Parts: sequence; structure tokens; C-alpha cells
Amino acid sequence: MTTTTTPATTTAATTTADELLIPVPDEDGAPFWEYAAQGELRVQACAEPACGKLRFPPRPCCPHCQSFDSEWRLMSGRGRIWSYVQPHPPLLPAYAAQAPYNVILVELADAPHIRLVGNLVASADAPLDSVAPARLRIGARVQVVFTETGGVAVPRWILEKS
Amino acid sequence: MAATLKDATAIVGIGQTAFAKQLPQSEKELACRAILSALADAGIEPSEVDAFSSYTMEETDEVEVAKAIGAGDVTFFSKIGYGGGGSCATVGHLASAIATGQASVGVAWRSRKRGSGPRPWKNTAVQLPTPGQWTRPFGLLRPADEIGMLARRYMHEYGATRDHLFNVAMACRNRANENPAAMMYERPLTREMYMTSRMISDPLCLFDNCLETDGALACVIVSAERARDCRQKPVYVHSVAQGLPAQHHGMVNYWNDDPLSGPAWTAARHLWKQADFGPDDVDVAQIYDAFTPLIPLSLEGYGFCGRGEGAAFTEGGALEMGGRLPINTGGGGLSEAYVHGFNLINEGVKQLRGVSTAQVPDASTCLVTAGEGVPTSAILLRA
Ligand SMILES: [Zn+2]
Repeated sequence: MTTTTTPATTTAATTTADELLIPVPDEDGAPFWEYAAQGELRVQACAEPACGKLRFPPRPCCPHCQSFDSEWRLMSGRGRIWSYVQPHPPLLPAYAAQAPYNVILVELADAPHIRLVGNLVASADAPLDSVAPARLRIGARVQVVFTETGGVAVPRWILEKS
Repeated sequence: MAATLKDATAIVGIGQTAFAKQLPQSEKELACRAILSALADAGIEPSEVDAFSSYTMEETDEVEVAKAIGAGDVTFFSKIGYGGGGSCATVGHLASAIATGQASVGVAWRSRKRGSGPRPWKNTAVQLPTPGQWTRPFGLLRPADEIGMLARRYMHEYGATRDHLFNVAMACRNRANENPAAMMYERPLTREMYMTSRMISDPLCLFDNCLETDGALACVIVSAERARDCRQKPVYVHSVAQGLPAQHHGMVNYWNDDPLSGPAWTAARHLWKQADFGPDDVDVAQIYDAFTPLIPLSLEGYGFCGRGEGAAFTEGGALEMGGRLPINTGGGGLSEAYVHGFNLINEGVKQLRGVSTAQVPDASTCLVTAGEGVPTSAILLRA
């Protein structure tokens, strides 16, 4: 008899050389990060034709129809800021060095109830504090960009050009 | 017909250690001291204890505690998940066990060295739960950041301001100033101090955050029948509830359809359904206050006001002595001690015994809640 073991918890973050945390995907989340490496923002969806609902965070089965079939649907990458915070020290050293920076919660234009935690930056590779705090506003339109940190592509957000 | 929990059990003993930023004793020793103090308060011998309940992130387990204090054979033990969300459920689990005859003398406790011990968010190698991959890399590192995100949205949607959060911090501090055991005894807070204090996670400042504390507390629960023969006036466990809402995500409830409607709403529905009275009949409340925004959110969740009205509820001294709903009369997690909410349970007992340092006259009903923002629990106590 064979058994498959799945760890109850995964190390969800590890550190880069400069100590910024990099995501360590779990089994369900891995495709998100693989698509991010290709510059695509994709969200898990139920693959049952009669259902097709999006879900986040990723999980093994659909909470609406209990189907275990899923697919990863391409998003437009546009969204709006739902909320934000500006963390100040005490923080991990690499974050303290950029504090106060912003952390935003973006609701996706394609699926407003799916909200992603991220950072509003001046450009993809700019520091976490590269946008003036006065420009942070709930409802502001943002567009996804990707940057590489510690060998992992992570989504970040820039203000949509109006 | 199954036994009902309503008033079937009572808290008959409470105990606590000193609260401080740093205490020399180990967590295990603090736990034993608080438990023995609670048993002495009840007039019950340690050898009679046959049930234990605590909650996760507690380092001292029941095996260690039972043998250290000299408990007899233990026939019920439980440990509730989700850190501070478990505080009131410890009383609930023991009440269930005693009401159904699985045990006769239950002890719930909490011992922490959060003041001098490590802070989990500082450890980059820590085994994080799965959601960590969606939040930590972006610098959302601490509970204050996670709750601050919900607080900002709440302020945006309902016109809540920092003045409302100050009302919460001030009510707790004023009560701590009356409580010699509180860490913030004789340390008044002013509006200017609050408004000019450093930010921790804007919009939350230093005074919106609970205290880092070393200390331990415990309480003793027996059947209502036995409680009548105990040394102290019984404080009856009237109603108990736990709450883990549909599609809840823990501290980062951002992926719920309605992130501002947390576990309090779920726990409250069950709590009131089992009770003989409602929110209007609550004389005093001990509401989990790891962060000030949890108070308006909980006031809404437990039905003291409507959705979006929690901030306005704090105006005009409503949370102060003599107000509509005095809260956290020992000072709460913000100003007495942050021991994952157990001090709120013991303070509820003190109010219904009539011995609080900020006594609400003739208080006969008290709501105590556990951590909002995580799967939670709550109890209604009555004299
Ligand atoms: Zn489905």
C-alpha cells in the first residue's frame, strides 16, 4: 500500500541575500508563481464547466461545487487599491531599511472579490518606498508588473496611466 | 434530552501572577502559580482537578501542569486553536465536559512570556502557514500590519477616524489607571500623546497595539450545584460559542466576500441564540483588544450597534465608566496586560463578584470575547 504524504505546513517564505522574504510556494500555490515567472497573472478557477468560479488562495477543490478539477485563468492585471498600510519599524532589517513603505491590497478588475497583497512601486524594480505616501489612495487604479527577487518573480503594482 | 450548558457550570476561582515586561520565572512556573492561586481562591484542592483546557501557542502542556500541581487522574483535556481566539473556548470546553459528567473540576489557564520572549514575525526561518506566501514577501509581516489593512478600509467605508480609535485606547487606559495590577497603572494617556505617538503600521500607532507581557492567569470551573458550596460567589457560565465563519482566512480575511465581517458575527449568532438575554441587557463587556480597531468591529459583530456604527458607538464616553457599555474594566490587552485575553475572563468574574477596581454598580451580566480576526470564541457570564 502506498501513501502520499503532504506536509501540514510549508515554509511560506525564506530570505534572500539582502534578507527580503521570497515566497516559497505550497503545492496548491505553485502554479501562481510559475505563471508569474512568465509574466502572467493567473488565478485558479474551477474547471467544472457548469461552475467555473475563481478562487483564492488556491486550494485542492472548489468550495462551490466540490470539483477537484482546476485551471489557471489569465487576468488582465488591472485592479484597484482596496486598502493599504504603511509599516514602520520594528521590522525585519531589509524591510526596516525601506520603511515606511507601503503594502497594498488590490482587488482585481476581472474579479473584485479576489484581492492580492502587494506593493505600489514607481516601476517594476523600484524599492518598496518608491511611491510618495500622498499618492496612496483607496480606489486608485493599478496595473500589475513583475520583478525578480531572490530568483522568484513576484507581482508588484504601478499606478495605471490615465 | 441532552444537558444544556446554560448556567450549568460556574467559575468559582480565579488567579493570576504579576504582569510585567519581564518576569524571572519560567512559563511553566508562572502557569503553576496562577493555577494554584485560582484553586486557593476557590477553596478546592489541586488533587481534585480532573480537567484542563488551554489554547495553542501555550508552551506549558497539561501533562507538565498536572504533575507539577499534584492533580489527580485527569479525564478531560483540550487545547483550542488559533491563539487568542481560543481564550473563551477554554471555559466553554470545560463547561461542556463538566455539564456532561466527563469531569468535575476544570482548570483553564494561560501563561506567556511575550514581553521578554521571541516574537514570531521576527523569525524569517519560521514555519509559516500557507497564506504566508501571499503576504509576507510584500512586507505584511506582523499582526498589526494585517489588522491595519482592515482598519484602513473600515475607516474609509464608515468614516471612522483615529479619534474613534483613541476613544478605545483611552477607555482601556483609564481603567488600567485604576487597577494596581495593570502594567499601565499610574501611567495616564492623553489625546496629544496618542496623536503624536510613532506609527507602527499606519493607520495604527503605538497606542493602538496591545502590550507585550510576561504573566499567567487561570480560572476554576465546577458544576453549578457544587459552586453553591464554594468559598466565592459563583459566576455562572450562561452561554458559550465558538466561531469560524464560512470562507474565513484567519488574520488576513481579505479573500472573504466581506472581509470586515469577521468571526465575531458567527460566534455572536450562536451565543445570543443560547442566552436568556440580549446585547441591551449586558452591563459590562470585556472585548478582546489586541488592537483598537477590534473594538468597533466587535461591537458590531456582537450586536451592540449596527454594521458600520461601531466607531460612532465609542463617542460620548460610551465605553467609559457610567457609559452605555463600559469595556475592559481591568485595562484590557491594551493597558492591563496582553496574555492572549485571559485577563478579560478573570476581569469579567471580578465584575460579577462586585470586586473590580473599576466596578460597574450591580453588574450582573458580562460578555467576554476572544480574539477577533481569527477563529474565535465568546462567553456570557452572569451573577
Ligand atoms: Zn466549482
